[in-house]
Amino acid sequence: MIKVDQEKCTTCGICVDICPVSAIEISEGVISIDRGSCTLCGVCVSVCPVNAISIKRKAKTEDTSGYKNVWVFTEVASGTLKPVVFELLGKGRELADKLDQKLCAVIIGSGADKFIDELGAYGAELIYMVDDPIYENYSTDAYTSAISQLITEFKPNIFLYGATHVGRDLAPSVASNLGLGLTADCTDLSIEEEDNLLLQTRPAFGGNVMADIICPNTRPQMATVRPNVMEPLAPDENREYEVIERKISIPSRSVRTKILETISGREEHEVGVEEGDCVISGGRGMGSADKFEVLDELAGLLSGVVGCSRPIVELGWIPKSRQVGQSGKTVSPRLYIACGISGAIQHQVGIRNSDIIIAINKDPKAPIFDIADFGVVGDLHQIIPRLIDRLKKR
Amino acid sequence: MNFIVCVKQVPDTTEVEVDRESGTIIREGVPSILNPFDEFALNEAIRVKEKTGGRITVLSMGPPQAQEALRKCLAIGADEAILLTDQAFAGSDTWATSFTLARAVEKLGKYDLIFCGQQATDGDTAQVGPELARQLNIPQMTYVESIEEIDDGSVICKKETDGGYQRVKSGLPALLAFISTPAFEPKIPSIMEVMGAKSKTLSQWGIDDLGDEDGDYGLDGSPTQVIRVYSPPQRGEGVIIEEPPEVAVDKLIEYLESEGII
Ligand SMILES: Cc1cc2nc3c(=O)[nH]c(=O)nc-3n(C[C@H](O)[C@H](O)[C@H](O)COP(=O)(O)OP(=O)(O)OC[C@H]3O[C@@H](n4cnc5c(N)ncnc54)[C@H](O)[C@@H]3O)c2cc1C
Repeated sequence: MIKVDQEKCTTCGICVDICPVSAIEISEGVISIDRGSCTLCGVCVSVCPVNAISIKRKAKTEDTSGYKNVWVFTEVASGTLKPVVFELLGKGRELADKLDQKLCAVIIGSGADKFIDELGAYGAELIYMVDDPIYENYSTDAYTSAISQLITEFKPNIFLYGATHVGRDLAPSVASNLGLGLTADCTDLSIEEEDNLLLQTRPAFGGNVMADIICPNTRPQMATVRPNVMEPLAPDENREYEVIERKISIPSRSVRTKILETISGREEHEVGVEEGDCVISGGRGMGSADKFEVLDELAGLLSGVVGCSRPIVELGWIPKSRQVGQSGKTVSPRLYIACGISGAIQHQVGIRNSDIIIAINKDPKAPIFDIADFGVVGDLHQIIPRLIDRLKKR
Repeated sequence: MNFIVCVKQVPDTTEVEVDRESGTIIREGVPSILNPFDEFALNEAIRVKEKTGGRITVLSMGPPQAQEALRKCLAIGADEAILLTDQAFAGSDTWATSFTLARAVEKLGKYDLIFCGQQATDGDTAQVGPELARQLNIPQMTYVESIEEIDDGSVICKKETDGGYQRVKSGLPALLAFISTPAFEPKIPSIMEVMGAKSKTLSQWGIDDLGDEDGDYGLDGSPTQVIRVYSPPQRGEGVIIEEPPEVAVDKLIEYLESEGII
């Protein structure tokens, strides 16, 4: 149900202009909404500067049959596409083929068109593009409005987002706006044989259990997906794609948050720990900040990136953006090497999806050995320099 | 100013174990704790209240035992607590949880800021905060580490991004979801504070206090359905070696070769 609080309403007309189905009118100084044409997309609610419009929803899609295609949210960070976008397209391709539906990418931004070739090469058949200066930087409000409007107009069956800081901010906002189910931080996705539902697999209880989740009554079926778990397709410039552009201009005062300053914790083009194929982490057992230089050297030899446990951030030795674990980044590299890390559950949660875990720790009882594929009991100050020497000689 | 802090009681995941045979979680004997992220958020609320004055209401949905977590919040420094507890709320997913919390927030009336933990350590979804913000149609900031400035009409936060930090400003009311910073040391309430908490109000609200229909809450109101829970594929028994450094490194190199890494 949609309601307008006439007392709060200033009849500014923003909702009238933005309504994608022209269901809102001002007549004789009051707003009226045509319930017949209103699709409850919620854009008016999110742009209203005085909060005068409200929608009460049930989390149920009335008719799920018209919903088709697999959508992927395209996240852009410092001028490039996030690697998780290609991974989502890779998985999305598989799901779309299984359902015999199309794989689509949604790109919202300012100057978004420069990414479309790349999206096409990685498998998107259809690209929905919304291009406007208001989307230059991510904001929950503007992006939620734009995506809600696209969903309402084009009715996707499945919608995937990367489980990044942005994805985990945006997806629940959209889900709540449209009354949709959402599964967080999935590590696997597949299509159920009998009913073609999206089967979403995710860890819970600190990675101690896995859960399979479905979302039978709402569309699109939405999930955020952990970075570095799914395989991208090899890019192919000959793949064909089509672009559908929509103009959705959100007035700037409907964006209720304002970025005052961005402080990068990362060098330009530096690979984040969550993106590394080999991650070498140091913990309190490293002993001192300068010892991390040894890990840098090892990382250089194994084309890896350096991460750390939480106490290292606390000590100020390494920036927070490199912390691995529950309150840091979740990694799933081909190889994870834990050096002087005890393996507390909060650390384990962040590394369980690694293909191979190697642990170096002087305490044979350290819990890290419970999940290590290869464990070396010993002093890391003796072991790592020797390992580096050996690797250098190769 | 009026502050609402949403908290959850969670099993202490450091103690959770899985029955290797049945694949279910062994909950018996697992202690319950206040979700650490919420504890951080509450502490931040207390810190802000010391400057601005006002009142902190903690709000939780959960079984009657969750009172324990709320008592702890009162001892740490919250002024009042409300537990949303009803059979009808059982089985809520994040949507139904945020729906229920939203009805309670509306009933509470005027507020300036809602504090949430970024995620709860049992589900780790990080969805309830943003879903609640949207239900209430107020701005949200997630991954917040601290409040830098606050006045009658606005708040400035330092929030974490994938690659660093941002300082972000928002009008009030707003919802903030907090990560916990490494330097955070949970406050241990004194005996006096624990005793004092007993005289603070802890109310219980059920479905009749919140309105709407039965089907909006709990399992029936939840769009997502968990259809299977099982233990994660066991990692293969690892090889653990305890050898002099030279030998250990030889074996490590051999292992890296056998896995095709070098
Ligand atoms: C809400 C919450 C969230 C958290 N989030 C995270 C998180 O995201 N990431 C995280 O990592 N932690 C997190 N923690 C903290 C976590 O519980 C542990 O305290 C932390 O992971 C321990 O870090 P550590 O292994 O480096 O240190 P320690 O536990 O002190 O372990 C150091 C290890 O080094 C070994 N060692 C010492 N010297 C040597 C040597 N010379 N050679 C070889 N080995 C040596 C020791 O045997 C020991 O096992 C969180 C905690 C809470 C409550």
